[in-house]
Amino acid sequence: MASLAVRNLLHDKVRLAVTLTGIVFSVVLVAIQTGLFIGFTSTTSNLIDHSGADFWIVSKGVKYIEVGVPFSEKKLYHARAVPGVGEAEKYIVRFSQWKRPDGADQSSEIVGFDPDTQLGGPWRLAEGNVHDLKLQDTVLVDRFYAGKLGVTHLGQSLEIRGIRTRVVGFTEGIRTFTTSPLVFTSLKNALRYTGLDSDRAVFLLVKAAPGADRERLRRALKSAIGDVDVYTRQEFSSRTTNYWMFGTGAGVTVLMAAVLGLLVGIVVVAQTIYAATIDHIREFGTLKAMGATNGYIYRIILQQAVISAVIGYAVGITAAMVAEISSRGGGANIVLPGAVRAALFLLTLFMCVSAAMVSINKVTKIDPAMVFKG
Amino acid sequence: MHAAIEVRELTKTYSQGVAASRALDGVDLDAHAGEVMLLMGPSGSGKTTLVSIMGCILRPTSGSVKIQGREVAHLRERELPAVRLHHIGFVFQGFNLFPTLTAAENVGVALDLKGIRGEAARKRAHALLEEVGLGDKLHTFPADLSGGQKQRVAIARALAGDPEIILADEPTAALDKQSGWVVMNMLRNLAHSHERAVVIVTHDNRTLEFADRMVRIEDGRVGHELSREEFHQLVGAEA
Repeated sequence: MASLAVRNLLHDKVRLAVTLTGIVFSVVLVAIQTGLFIGFTSTTSNLIDHSGADFWIVSKGVKYIEVGVPFSEKKLYHARAVPGVGEAEKYIVRFSQWKRPDGADQSSEIVGFDPDTQLGGPWRLAEGNVHDLKLQDTVLVDRFYAGKLGVTHLGQSLEIRGIRTRVVGFTEGIRTFTTSPLVFTSLKNALRYTGLDSDRAVFLLVKAAPGADRERLRRALKSAIGDVDVYTRQEFSSRTTNYWMFGTGAGVTVLMAAVLGLLVGIVVVAQTIYAATIDHIREFGTLKAMGATNGYIYRIILQQAVISAVIGYAVGITAAMVAEISSRGGGANIVLPGAVRAALFLLTLFMCVSAAMVSINKVTKIDPAMVFKG
Repeated sequence: MHAAIEVRELTKTYSQGVAASRALDGVDLDAHAGEVMLLMGPSGSGKTTLVSIMGCILRPTSGSVKIQGREVAHLRERELPAVRLHHIGFVFQGFNLFPTLTAAENVGVALDLKGIRGEAARKRAHALLEEVGLGDKLHTFPADLSGGQKQRVAIARALAGDPEIILADEPTAALDKQSGWVVMNMLRNLAHSHERAVVIVTHDNRTLEFADRMVRIEDGRVGHELSREEFHQLVGAEA
């Protein structure tokens, strides 16, 4: 039976090529759109996800990290006084103007953190030292955005909001969802670069003491500080991601493209498998006359679908992974974790088997008496 | 002793909306082991419908069909494949071989249906093809076989399940005289030497000399059935 399925599949090489092209196209489209979605998702919230904080304290009603509203740093002292708090520190994320060496202005996102606790600091340092940020007017930028910011080498001096600053290190692979590159610096420097008063904070990052009851600590923080929202890291991450993905419609667009890819794949594969089934309909009729059950014939069609799925997936996912690797040096950020690749394989199988169902429906209706027609 | 196939009061009506046409009308017929029976008649007379019902491919509207003494007319659709698989081998006018499989693999499909696989299937397929004189064509694809050779592969395939009944639909229609003779001789041998019931639907007068019985069907009814003597007289007259 496997022989018949394989031979039928390989018999018409043009048709096989069309079928595989449809599957590969669909796999690549779904993989890249899903990879973009995951890339976008992780990029929108990566500052939060890598912050190391258990809680994010934000002004009431703040929907996502880029629109934090400054509040008095007195709240920091209130937070530190709450039992169960291990560490608490101010955190600043604000847009500012970066001036490139050629004089052009470039929007940047200043990230101010405490270099001692490193809560909310950079997580992939390629060159330099975080503690160098304790020096006045020093910054870390990501290598990916160096060109955009006009940074050519370590120690280079540039301007942020008219203040002379020096690049003391590079991070690698820390992307931003917005068009403004992240610029890591100390809290003190960040206040100057963003024009905030020195007694202001945009966020408070809190790390629970070992063994502290997190839910109780959250309630205590909320009640001690007042007039703020207290989110777990995961909650604020989801809040930020949901805003960018669904509040702005960006994620819906990407998801729709992925669904469209899947539908196109199903239609193309269904059409080609159906056409192949029609080509072999007389043979299926013969099999039925010989005593094959519908189940036997379904298995042949399903085997063809599964073989097509495996080959199509292998080619498609390879192409998608090449795109993923290429994206590391480009503007789009495609992320395809192993779990997604595995899920995509199951999805490809589902797509091909669903497509085969159309043919199976046709086989069910074969008039076995057709075998007697010369 | 019961007939291999016993048909009684068989009717088949095809419905097309409000219109209905009766393809078979009260057919009584037996097919016995060890004999070759020809079913003849003009186009549209109901031959194919009858052989389809005898082969458990179609279900009758009413009447009785017994295969090896077992009533099959009222079996459910999903029960019929097993009857075909275990009792009936088919030989078709158009050969109906699987073009993507070799001769041995074509026979192997029938064995696979019977649950015979691997080395046992390979040996059995080779033996069957040897039996029909195609031991040297085991790995040849149908496209590279002559019409007569294709039909012999089809016969080997029909025999793979070791059925008691062979139903052949115009087995010589697409063959030249010599190939047709070889095929008919083979079918006659299956009946006479291997005690199989062989039913052949045919328009081909060249097949008359191989028949033990000839049944004419007209307008869905079994017409005049010739005795062996009448039949041979007819063959002699036509010769």
